[in-house]
Amino acid sequence: MLPRPTTHSKALGPGVAGPELAVATSAVLDRPPQPTAHHPLTGAQPCFVDPAALGDPRQHTKYPYVTGSSVVAIKYKDGVLVGCDMLGAYGSTKRYKSTQRIHQVNSKCVVAAGGEVSDFQHIITLLDELTTDDYRTDDGIELTPQEVYSYLCRVMYNRRNKFDPLWNSLVVGGVQGGVPFLGMVGMIGTHYTDSHVTTGFANQLARPLFRERQHDDMSEEDALALMYDALKVCYYRDKVSINKFQIAKVTKDAGTSISEPFALEMRWDYKLFAQPTKWAVGAW
Amino acid sequence: MDVSSRGNSNHEASPSTGTTVVACIFKGGVVLGADGRVSIGNYIMNRASNKIAPLSDSIFLCRSGSAPDTQIISDNGEHGGEATLPAAGQINYNNKDHLVGAMVVAGWDRLGGGQVFGVPIGGTLAKEKWAIDGSGSTYIWGYCDSEYKDDMTRAEAEHWVMEAIALAMTRDSSSGGVIRLITLDDTGVHHKYVRGDEVPQFVGDLPFPTPAAGGASPAGAAPAEGAAATGMVVG
Repeated sequence: MLPRPTTHSKALGPGVAGPELAVATSAVLDRPPQPTAHHPLTGAQPCFVDPAALGDPRQHTKYPYVTGSSVVAIKYKDGVLVGCDMLGAYGSTKRYKSTQRIHQVNSKCVVAAGGEVSDFQHIITLLDELTTDDYRTDDGIELTPQEVYSYLCRVMYNRRNKFDPLWNSLVVGGVQGGVPFLGMVGMIGTHYTDSHVTTGFANQLARPLFRERQHDDMSEEDALALMYDALKVCYYRDKVSINKFQIAKVTKDAGTSISEPFALEMRWDYKLFAQPTKWAVGAW
Repeated sequence: MDVSSRGNSNHEASPSTGTTVVACIFKGGVVLGADGRVSIGNYIMNRASNKIAPLSDSIFLCRSGSAPDTQIISDNGEHGGEATLPAAGQINYNNKDHLVGAMVVAGWDRLGGGQVFGVPIGGTLAKEKWAIDGSGSTYIWGYCDSEYKDDMTRAEAEHWVMEAIALAMTRDSSSGGVIRLITLDDTGVHHKYVRGDEVPQFVGDLPFPTPAAGGASPAGAAPAEGAAATGMVVG
């Protein structure tokens, strides 16, 4: 990574790029802060108002607004599969039904997120900066999934230490050196790697299926069938979900690809569903 | 509808939660409809529940909000013989201290034909041409206001109710699953059950794949090279 100018201002915290004077002196207060390409005003996105310069304390992310739900991911013989639905929920409103919660980092790696969608969009900006640097270096070397995973661990943990977390549960999936890689990073920096990872409700709903049926050497057909079952059970039992999914595939040979949105067949033909309270009037 | 009682951190702040219930009168009778989702927090406890309980042969109750409280009322609502609707409404009023659920009571009797009573939290009794309640109802006031007409036929009324519930289900995460309709007129009680994969879908949703398409991989599900979705593309 190219070195970036940093400041050790008390207002912003260590190692964060910021203006020279983050303490509110009249010189700062009396002029509007000027953003430049090298000095974003805060540690996050470039913006035109620096809360520190105005003397405001840093805002803490207290709660998420637009959120994604579960992500499911498994390793299989040729690589990894990462899947999730396409809902950006606004509280309990199913507001945005075409949010793509899987992002392709490079030909070896994808990142998917549950949690606050705007924070995930910021993470994508950070990852795109890394990928662009790789491209400019033009030596054919791309970031490996392990490197992306470690980088995201640091980002999440450092934001947590500033009491301003990125409200996401991230899944990093890819292939490096011909070996599939799968890791999970949480909003407080908790992280682990495993043969199958999930976020959100899928931890309770899909992991048992994976424990039973996932093997590192399973075929692609079996792996897809298992992913469909996991996505189905998340839709059956998580109320903040829709029947519209995407699956990303990262393989040794064919690189990265993200599918078109698709719907899954669900079972609603159980006889008892038709008249569940016939013999128990008043029940539900 | 939440199974947990008040005070439990699992349920949402408002007691009127987790349901869409709709009822309306038409020329000659009344139609009631409800969704089928019962949830505890974000977990769907029952995806095909029946929220329409009979109070008598020709009076039904759509329940939303705190499940145990409304269940007590419907359990106690059984009379012998045919009751008139205002009498059933009176039971709800007398029990208003216990009401933390919102209900829609609808029925048909010889005297007044089809009648709909909205019974929101607090126990107010509101006789109306149509009533909606539950968390999903917030999404369909516009549809109901603009599409309701006096003296609809039975088919039009059933379509109005079903469309309203489907619209609520597509946006409210606390409503979903199946749609149950009950139509009451002088010929009796008619049940209609709409399976979860037969519920109307709207722009932004994908149609449920039919079994005829096969249990094999959904079309397009095998990831294609470089494919990306339309809509809100993240990054």
